[in-house]
Amino acid sequence: MIPVLCTLVGATVTVMPADTVSVTGWGRTAPTAARLVRPRTYEEAAAAVRACGARGSIARGLGRAYGDAAQNAGGAVLDMTGLDRIHAIDADGGTVLCDAGVSLHRLMEVLLPLGWFVPVTPGTRYVTVGGAIGADIHGKNHHVSGSFARHVLSFELLTADGRIRTVGHGTPLFDATAGGMGLTGVILTATVRLQPVETALMSVDTERAADLDDLMARLTATDHRYRYSVAWIDLLARGASLGRSVLTRGEHAPLAALPPRARRHPLVFRPAQFPSAPSFVPEGLLGRTTVGLFNELWYRKAPRARAGELQKISTFFHPLDGVPHWNRVYGRGGFVQYQFVVGHGQEEALHRIVRRISERRCPSFLAVLKRFGEADPGWLSFPVPGWTLALDVPANLTGLGAFLDELDEEVAAAGGRVYLAKDARLRPELLAGMYPRIAEFRALRQELDPARVFTSDLSRRLDL
Amino acid sequence: MKDAFGIPQSLLILGGTSEIALATARRLIVRRTRTVWLAGRPSPELEQAAGQLRGMGADVRTVAFDALDSASHETVLGKVFAEGDIDMVLLAFGVLGDQARDEKEPLAAARVAQTNYTGAVSAGLIAARALQSQGHGSLVVLSSVAGERARRSNFIYGSSKAGLDAFSQGLGDALYGTGVHVMVVRPGFVRTKMTAGLPQAPMATTPEAVAAAVETGLRRRSETVWVPGALRFVMAALRHLPRPLFRRLPI
Repeated sequence: MIPVLCTLVGATVTVMPADTVSVTGWGRTAPTAARLVRPRTYEEAAAAVRACGARGSIARGLGRAYGDAAQNAGGAVLDMTGLDRIHAIDADGGTVLCDAGVSLHRLMEVLLPLGWFVPVTPGTRYVTVGGAIGADIHGKNHHVSGSFARHVLSFELLTADGRIRTVGHGTPLFDATAGGMGLTGVILTATVRLQPVETALMSVDTERAADLDDLMARLTATDHRYRYSVAWIDLLARGASLGRSVLTRGEHAPLAALPPRARRHPLVFRPAQFPSAPSFVPEGLLGRTTVGLFNELWYRKAPRARAGELQKISTFFHPLDGVPHWNRVYGRGGFVQYQFVVGHGQEEALHRIVRRISERRCPSFLAVLKRFGEADPGWLSFPVPGWTLALDVPANLTGLGAFLDELDEEVAAAGGRVYLAKDARLRPELLAGMYPRIAEFRALRQELDPARVFTSDLSRRLDL
Repeated sequence: MKDAFGIPQSLLILGGTSEIALATARRLIVRRTRTVWLAGRPSPELEQAAGQLRGMGADVRTVAFDALDSASHETVLGKVFAEGDIDMVLLAFGVLGDQARDEKEPLAAARVAQTNYTGAVSAGLIAARALQSQGHGSLVVLSSVAGERARRSNFIYGSSKAGLDAFSQGLGDALYGTGVHVMVVRPGFVRTKMTAGLPQAPMATTPEAVAAAVETGLRRRSETVWVPGALRFVMAALRHLPRPLFRRLPI
């Protein structure tokens, strides 16, 4: 159609190759078109990077970044899930050497029977090892274990000059790549240190917190007793119950904690699977009424206090993974995930933000609050010691963009930052204040990749 | 790049003195837009408009563009796109003409059609191609309810907008899946200098209201936007009115 029309007005046109597809992040907002390449070998990956053209390339894993981190309009997107081999497992020392396209799900399937677990898992196990390093992901154990890259001993990085470099822990290139959103190169393999476990079950303590102060007091007082800790927070609650929450904290269950029957096969990993979300969901299904109702029920069904409940790993860490394509429940308008962190001592700012979200009646049913531990060495790593809040909001909410901009101002004023792996909308001017090491990152990128072989929609939008 | 709500960081306005376009630009600058290109015939008004937007903190540049000179569109737009990605192209040029005079002066009538339709075809195609090769962007086309069904009182303008509207719809379908979003905006009677002195039609609206509708349309990735929204239903009814009846309507 376009070529024909262009001939009519005497214009010339270049037709995109047939493998051009529309790509979005997990939030399904801001689709852009890119050539999708699926390398099966390191050579193919290197060839794809060499042939990427003027608009560059970016590696993509399982597409769980909410925003535009793994999109590259008009350029190449390297689907890394074709590089999915696990090369070596040191079952005594507890390390694994695998391709970047291997998912944490696959690692769990393989490693749990051997008595090992991934060092860090986010709220989904459908992320790749490469993506986990690129976003320097964190999990419920951040206050104890830090983020993912802290457990990576080394990785192999395909850089803009076509070379494959082995990058060791603690080097500048390592710290630029950890949280560097794929802009330093394509991670091909990684060696990851693992966490020993006796069973594939979790021993979970649940308790309710009546309001935000109660929640923060409980987290501050007793978080150090647990390896894993997170709180689901009801952001629609108002007044005296503002910030009411359900804390779930736990530990890998020791063998002795299992009932005798379960002790026979303590390391079985069998996550539950439900049918996938339908491909069409009417817009506005998750409005204030439905989400308000859900939150009320979710809070009330949680026990006031329960200790030592045994849960599957998938139930404790990845409840949403049971429903494939759960991101469709927001309809075609998609959703925005907003996650920020403010440091210790900025509890007032956190209070203000929670109050504003509650007053704004943002229908958010997946909001979680967590206390972060030590900051991580990655230059653009997200976690800093303090409080992080993550919430999902349907993108089609009137005035949401301006509202989140106001929250950004609060976060920036409190010396906090938003998480780039989830961002789809940050005002570029605020970036440097939030990530003070961005100048170093830009300088390294300028030196390593002056032609911008590695480019993403995120890097264009925020000028990374 | 556009953000999750479809707000562009860079904007190219074809028809840089259009009040609707400038109201849209002001609205988008408040949200995100930093780079604005105003394309239009060089004039003090164009520079003045640029100055106003600069005052809001945007980086504004003007570029000489004549809708009637299709042959030059390639060069002019090529220059703009060579400077960097354009996240949104707002095709806003158009003339109303003077129905009574244009009926007597076919050349003047043809000029209305050339500006509103032919000019938009060449500029629209060139912009679409540039957006397609950058893999993203919105092409927002200011059509009109007048194009929905030609009326006795302004069928020359109406027919040119009908052509533009049909062209833009087809272009949107051709570009489906390429990362480029085409949005047709159909305002009713908008109070601007273009319509000054005309008797005000019912459901009249303002440039600011059109700008707000454009922002919402970008967020929803709409393909058609009516301003005000109720015109969708009014026009659906008018469109199906039998000719003898429609002819007699005082519109």
